[in-house]
Amino acid sequence: MSALSLQQVTVSFAGRAVLSDVSLEIGQGLFIGMLGPNGAGKTTLMRTVLGLIRPVGGSIRVLGEPASRGNAAVGYIPQLRSLAGNMRLRGWDFVASACNGHRWGLPILSRAARQEVHWALDMVGATELARRPLMETSGGERQRLLLAQALLGRPRLLLLDEPLISLDPHHQHGVVTLVKQVQQELGITVIFSAHELNPLLAAIDQVLYLGRGQAALGKVDEVITKPVLSRLYGSNIDVIRMKNRIFVMAGDVEVEKEEHCHHA
Amino acid sequence: MLEFDFMQNAFIAGGLVSVLAGVVGFFLVMRGQTFAGHALSHVGFAGATGAALLGLSPIWGLIWVTLLGGVSMGALGERLQGSDIVIGTILSLALGLGMLFLHFFTAYATQATALLFGNVLGVNTDTLWTLAWLGLACLLLLAIMARPLVFASLQPELAEAKGVSLRQVSMLFLAIVALTTAECIQIVGVLLVFTLMVGPAATAQKLTSHLGTGVLLAALLALAEAWLGITLAFYTDWPTSFWITALSSSAYLAVTVLHMLRNRRLLASAA
Repeated sequence: MSALSLQQVTVSFAGRAVLSDVSLEIGQGLFIGMLGPNGAGKTTLMRTVLGLIRPVGGSIRVLGEPASRGNAAVGYIPQLRSLAGNMRLRGWDFVASACNGHRWGLPILSRAARQEVHWALDMVGATELARRPLMETSGGERQRLLLAQALLGRPRLLLLDEPLISLDPHHQHGVVTLVKQVQQELGITVIFSAHELNPLLAAIDQVLYLGRGQAALGKVDEVITKPVLSRLYGSNIDVIRMKNRIFVMAGDVEVEKEEHCHHA
Repeated sequence: MLEFDFMQNAFIAGGLVSVLAGVVGFFLVMRGQTFAGHALSHVGFAGATGAALLGLSPIWGLIWVTLLGGVSMGALGERLQGSDIVIGTILSLALGLGMLFLHFFTAYATQATALLFGNVLGVNTDTLWTLAWLGLACLLLLAIMARPLVFASLQPELAEAKGVSLRQVSMLFLAIVALTTAECIQIVGVLLVFTLMVGPAATAQKLTSHLGTGVLLAALLALAEAWLGITLAFYTDWPTSFWITALSSSAYLAVTVLHMLRNRRLLASAA
């Protein structure tokens, strides 16, 4: 059984086909880096896997079951928004809000639920961190708390939407290392979307590259190539390797850098 | 002062409403929807004056119209959220309509000041019962939806993925806010609802980072401010609403200054 299986999936968003006729199989226990230009459908694909967007055509199976909302086997870190009004809240309450958060009633946690929160915080080394108000944590520390939150309910597939955004290279490395460590320890599948490939290179087993409604999945050497990326970008792409790094260039512009700047 | 019936009523009404306002206000501040709460009270002004014009009960006109406003705001959801211009436009239109209704029904104009600035000393026993039942209903509803409300407020995308209906949560919560606003208007009036709903909650959030403690503290602060305000009004003969706003903003100011001093000390010791 694969962690994620797409068969001839077509997804439209705002009247435009974001994915068209995409088929792929992601095996269990893999760390997948998901890349692609802005608007290529990285977030849309995640929301489809979560059952929030229904594909127009094709079928999606998550760990053998059809994709559906509220699947406890799928953990999720949405792209970080500003938490303006909630910054004074301590991390513990923020993380714990996801514990059975969909059920009616008072947010009073049972002993088992509290233990679950402790376990998740311990997994990511955020037990101390969770005592501080969110406003006193750094971007990297906040990602740590978000990861703990995503681990509640012990998911077997983890979807992380751009966790590296607005982090400096040092903290980016910290987050990737932490996710890799948790992924290995729990033996789960991780799909990690990012703007840049290089921070992920050491951690990922495979790369899933999206572009122009299509997807390419495979080892870095198979996907990050001139023909595959030229097809996904619809223009002439050069792949330049330098030591342990890879640069994806369109003409003399580095495409990932360009995307990143636009985003910021 | 408690030998007077109107003072007893004032203390009971003030107590009921302030506790509710403190609790609901805490979540309102957490969700960053304070402006929506402010606007709802103005919608209530049009409701009360409109009802009076039609010969209906102003308090029920107030309650139904704010409730309708709250539920519609919730249903519009994200399209309205954070849209200060739309909310502000509705707010001023509602006040304008209220003025128009008063223009056609001048006999009610004497009540306008009470509606705008509150009149807790004029609460009668009937109103007291209405406040009690509505308040109880709000707290019950809030208790039932508290968990998804917190989840949806802190992590909307994740909550949605886990099966929480953001629209449902938003509509239910704004319905509670609307009813709470209608209650607050009885005490501090349309224009000063902020003082009971937002002041204590914002102060509480500066004092603690614990969720549960924060809710409790907001309720206690609101209660203390309301009761102390009524007491001061009795002895000074100044308006109750003035005292409540003075206490509410002083508490917020004091906590803010304390915070600044503490942060400066922390910075100094770190340096």
